Amino acid sequence: MNRLMVWLPLCIFAILVGFFFKGLSLNPNEQPSALIGQPFPVFGLTDLMTGERLTREQLPRQPYLLNVWASWCITCQVEHPYLTQLSKQMPVVGLNYKDTETAAKNWLAKLGDPYALQIFDPTGRLGLDLGVAGAPETFLVDSKGVIHLRIQGEVNDRVYAKKIQPVLETIQ
Amino acid sequence: MKKSILIACLLSVSLCLQAAIETYQFDSPEQEVRFRQLGYELRCPKCQNQAIGDSDAEISGDLRAEVYRMLKDGATDDEIKGFMVARYGRYVLYNPPLDKHTLILWFGPAVLLIFGGIFVGFRIRQSKKALEAGESQT
Repeated sequence: MNRLMVWLPLCIFAILVGFFFKGLSLNPNEQPSALIGQPFPVFGLTDLMTGERLTREQLPRQPYLLNVWASWCITCQVEHPYLTQLSKQMPVVGLNYKDTETAAKNWLAKLGDPYALQIFDPTGRLGLDLGVAGAPETFLVDSKGVIHLRIQGEVNDRVYAKKIQPVLETIQ
Repeated sequence: MKKSILIACLLSVSLCLQAAIETYQFDSPEQEVRFRQLGYELRCPKCQNQAIGDSDAEISGDLRAEVYRMLKDGATDDEIKGFMVARYGRYVLYNPPLDKHTLILWFGPAVLLIFGGIFVGFRIRQSKKALEAGESQT
């Protein structure tokens, strides 16, 4: 019994160290999305480029990425070349978030437009329904319209290999 | 003269500051109280340790506007919180409800306190015994 009493504080300390050590590699800005496993929210917005009405039914019928971006977002500009490259493998749908039409169109004219569709969401209504906290965010959606993954921040080679690819393999 | 210019400058600054604060019109004082309360209980998804009520982040402004819109539509506090949780997860609740996911959060400290109390009691008893044993020897 005495022996246990001696070792108990050390055990508790070791458990705490375990938790703290894990905490070192966690990014507190990355929140689990409440929409994982949920269908893509219903929306009625317009296409930025054509001005035509867009609804959930017009979204791709194969696994695709939905990229939330805006012309005021610096990181979006950083990840843009990588998304352009990715768009050759799978459709990338744009969600232009809390932006103005002119600024968004100028941005695309300057940096290129790899997007299969461009949902124009100036008020951030669809962003709110998706639980978007800020741009950029990227969602992986399957062929049935179910959300499988949310990435907050830049999408690059490392994020693709570590997060997107493993999930993509399970839904293809 | 200088003084009046200074006062004019200061006044213009204070007007600017006032313009940055959102003004919402409420139907009743109770509704305003509920709005403030929800502002304290909902957490800003972008800025870690701030409630949407005192955060200047863009998203907090959007969420406040949404809370306001829902209050005006006659939604209950639970409906508004449910709406936010469905989109931003449990993370947005500063006052987490008691359920199986939050058991450790609610009762963990009490359990630790009880164990600590038992431990301390045990040690005191032991040292007393040791002391008594020591005294009886001398």
